[in-house]
Amino acid sequence: MTETTTLTLPDEVVTQAPVRLIDVPGIGGPVALITLDNGKDHTRPTTFGPQGLRNIDAALDAAFAAKPAAIAVTGKPFVFAVGADLSGIGAITDRQQALAIGALGHRVFRRLRDSTIPTFAFVNGAALGGGVEIALHCHYRTLAANAAMMALPECFLGILPGWGGTQLLPRIAGPANAVTVIIDNALNQNRMIKPTQALALGVVDAVLDAADYLEQSLAWMADVLSGSIDVPRPDHRADETAWAQAVAQGRMIADMRTHGASPAPYRALDLIELARTADLAEGFAAEEQALADLICSQTFRAGVYSFNLTQKRARKPAGAPDPSLARPVSKVGVIGAGLMAAQLALLFARRLHVPVVITDVDQERLDRGLAGIRREIAGLAAKKRISDDEANRLTALVTGTLDYADFADAEFVIEAVFEELSIKQQVFTDLERHVPSTCVLATNTSSLSVSAMASELDFPQRIVGFHFFNPVAVLPLLEIVRGEATDDGALATAFATAKALRKGPILVKDAPAFVVNRLLTRFMGEIIAAIDEGTEPAVADGALAPLGLPMTPIMLLQLVGPAVALHVTETLAAAFPDRFRVSENLRRIVEGGHRTLVTFDETGAQTVDPAVVALWQRGGAPSTGEGVRGRALAALADEVRRILDEGIVAEAADVDLAMLTGAGWPFWLGGITPYLDREGVSEAVTGGRFAPKGVATLP
Amino acid sequence: MKGRTLNDVVFVDGVRTPFGKAGDKGMYAQTRADDLVVKVLRELLRRHPELPPERVDEVAIAAATQTGDQGLTIGRTTALLAGLPRSVPGFAIDRMCAGAMTAVTTTASGIAAGAYDAVLAGGVEHMGHHPMGAGADPNPRFVADKLVDPSALNMGFTAENLHDRWPELTKERADAFAVASQRRYAAALVAGKIAPDLVPVATRSTAGGWGLATADELPRPESSLEGMADLRTPFRPHGRVTAGNASPLTDGATACLLTSADLAGELGLPVRMRMVGYAFAGVDPEVMGIGPIPATEKVLTKTGLGLSDIGLIEINEAFAVQVLAFCDHFGLNDDDPNLNPYGGAIAMGHPLASSGVRLMIQLAREFAERPDVRYGLTTMCVGLGMGGSVIWENPHFTGAPHATDPAAADRRNGAGK
Repeated sequence: MTETTTLTLPDEVVTQAPVRLIDVPGIGGPVALITLDNGKDHTRPTTFGPQGLRNIDAALDAAFAAKPAAIAVTGKPFVFAVGADLSGIGAITDRQQALAIGALGHRVFRRLRDSTIPTFAFVNGAALGGGVEIALHCHYRTLAANAAMMALPECFLGILPGWGGTQLLPRIAGPANAVTVIIDNALNQNRMIKPTQALALGVVDAVLDAADYLEQSLAWMADVLSGSIDVPRPDHRADETAWAQAVAQGRMIADMRTHGASPAPYRALDLIELARTADLAEGFAAEEQALADLICSQTFRAGVYSFNLTQKRARKPAGAPDPSLARPVSKVGVIGAGLMAAQLALLFARRLHVPVVITDVDQERLDRGLAGIRREIAGLAAKKRISDDEANRLTALVTGTLDYADFADAEFVIEAVFEELSIKQQVFTDLERHVPSTCVLATNTSSLSVSAMASELDFPQRIVGFHFFNPVAVLPLLEIVRGEATDDGALATAFATAKALRKGPILVKDAPAFVVNRLLTRFMGEIIAAIDEGTEPAVADGALAPLGLPMTPIMLLQLVGPAVALHVTETLAAAFPDRFRVSENLRRIVEGGHRTLVTFDETGAQTVDPAVVALWQRGGAPSTGEGVRGRALAALADEVRRILDEGIVAEAADVDLAMLTGAGWPFWLGGITPYLDREGVSEAVTGGRFAPKGVATLP
Repeated sequence: MKGRTLNDVVFVDGVRTPFGKAGDKGMYAQTRADDLVVKVLRELLRRHPELPPERVDEVAIAAATQTGDQGLTIGRTTALLAGLPRSVPGFAIDRMCAGAMTAVTTTASGIAAGAYDAVLAGGVEHMGHHPMGAGADPNPRFVADKLVDPSALNMGFTAENLHDRWPELTKERADAFAVASQRRYAAALVAGKIAPDLVPVATRSTAGGWGLATADELPRPESSLEGMADLRTPFRPHGRVTAGNASPLTDGATACLLTSADLAGELGLPVRMRMVGYAFAGVDPEVMGIGPIPATEKVLTKTGLGLSDIGLIEINEAFAVQVLAFCDHFGLNDDDPNLNPYGGAIAMGHPLASSGVRLMIQLAREFAERPDVRYGLTTMCVGLGMGGSVIWENPHFTGAPHATDPAAADRRNGAGK
């Protein structure tokens, strides 16, 4: 094993751990207070690397040497500690190193648990991963009522809480609560626990107000030491049945969310299971093995890559023009009052807080659209998501008109009318007579050519594609499309608007269906083709299960809507007839008015709707599931390669970001190209990888 | 309409932060002034759960410099930061060193007149962040038109001016008084008279991590006359005012809870003092240190009491010489045991606008131990030539003579009442 005393990781932002001996009223001896602080402000939270862990070890040496009445650990302002430095852990290539980092954390943190002197964690702010784990090793925990984040997000990234989390949390909070925090929350888009929940779950013993948090934590410590506060520690391990049920429940959640495609939650559940009977030495040793396995796994590499895309690249879109070129947007127009247009109007009003004017072809549709928006606003207020004042403000911001003259002072107008080029062209031509020449004209088209829409305008440089993903309030992706004539000012305004809408946009070149719809349509086309050829619908639809996608292809088809899918396919088939083909069966499904494509059988399992199966005219050349998967992945690799070769986006990373945030494809696939690379599909189909080894895969 | 009545004003409780050394090396160097106030406000509410927070009618917080972390209407900001209900208003108040005292007298007037039932009043000065007068732009007419001598704007100079005015106020007397102040404070600390009124404050140092302030940082119990003799006289060559016989630059905050006597009765709040009266008076800014003399004369006149009625005096020790001037005027000995019995600002420090309530906190504690004393005085000098005095009545007064203090008994008897 690599010596834990010599282990280093590159570019560690080293956490210091100064110790102060302090007098606390009501405590008979000094208290050793250790502050975890990496010397940066709250925008660079404290993390743990090997040197930081050794500093904590040294701090504990000093603390124990002083023979204090108690030892406490706290953090710098607003941050307790956010766990292992992800870039450092993500750079580990050697299993011995991975074992060593786990062992080092265990050895240092354990001193707090094994201490005969009472130990306390004063979790004064954000606590993630290893930050929560060092607190779990302490005998007692308080949490600040304003702590912004608390979670064990490891399984979300593809590893597990390997510094004691899987062994300690079920002992302290009980197995069901441990499963909630370690499995359920982590796999639920990395959901955070609020301080009140942390208390209810038993993760902490007390939540104290932020205004004098440290002072009151020390007063609480004095009360615990004097015995005037009793902190109950029930023996959760006695209840074998509850333990087994919690683990089984965890496995069900893992199946539901990952479909078995990510090993991390299952390994974590094995360890939680083990925690009931194993002592800590055995449990920690097993944690170290599992953590090392996962650190050296492809799924974790993809997880780190995905995390960085969504946290960093989404905030600094590649290829976006200089933000200073953006023009202010103080009034927005929305053309169309249908469902999509209404969603857009509400989103613009909520995020930009500027007047939003919507329009449609007649008063009745307009009134229906406005009524829908007002219902949404009232619903948000009823659920206390917004205040009543905010509801009034939003209601006043959104107005309707049948006269384009009311767009005269709009700086950003987006259309969400029927997907037909001539209609959209007409809308923009009419609009141009009323809006100022600097007004950005945006289209929410999902597949039509932005340049074609601009072709008949006096000021074609102002047209941008601004393609949302449904549901628009939830999915962070925006494909911002630069047409042939689009200028930097319009584009910068679009990016600034996207940022104000709290979206993570990518810049795409004008091309049929852009990125996400093009890839999904190509991939779905292979599934549909396989069924057309004679494959059992269930076999074809289940072929992608090993990827752990959020839904099966036919379920996705249902969600998108068969009619919309057909329309996009037609556009793509016209542009690329060699690769896209309109299935007559799909046409029949649309013509038959089928909107439900999947149902659930008596066991609750998802199946293709028998009515749809009956409609499907199949040939006599069925494929195996493996065969379907192979061709679907090959099609994806081929299409990604073409998207990159055509310069639709800057890099494969943009394709992956789009699939993560627009299609909800999972972290363990890295979007899609890391998976295609690591499975060898890229090389087999396109003759090369999308990224060198080590970028989003193991080296 | 309700008829008008006057209410008795009572001092329910007061707390303060430990006082810290101003400057980079002080324990509060990285602690915000408004956070110091938040700690004392919350401690008062915590100590008196019988007072529903929404019953607080006003939060009056003084600061001599009202910018930065002492800016933005600090009585309101700290009320919000302390988690008081939003319905509780607050304001900022300034009378330089007598800020907290003025916060008390102003809100007490409001209680007396029926505008308030309960108030939180106090002050803060983080002299490390806000050196006295920092950012001020004195009108040039002060000097050009000789409205005041240039020395009036520097408190050390005004203390030297006092030595000039009364040559009998010697440096030796000042030094002796200062050493006694340090001794008295040290004894009071050991006897447990100081700590109960302190609220611990978490302190941070970027390099050293978090700590906890639980005691005053500035006292020098080892002070001696010999050690004082050779200290520098920073305000004049061969002057008399030194770092030893003046209060040091200090960071700290204080606050107290005042209510009407009726509300205290209704809620079962303890009463530690009852306000009898107060007065402020102006003097030549060049000798601002004499301010307590006319202010005290005035409050005695207004209340119909004589100094002989006053059994305990808490006078702020901005400078030893200024206390000695007060003693000489009223015929008190330099070492009167009933004047600052726990020591004073020379030992503890003087965080300008917070000191007024610090005097009251100590008088309240002394009252509880001295049922023989009926009335007490808190008084202080104020920059730009003012003094403030508040007379308090001891609710523990029984009329019994104090066994260990014949001098006080004699004085009372000598008053011939």
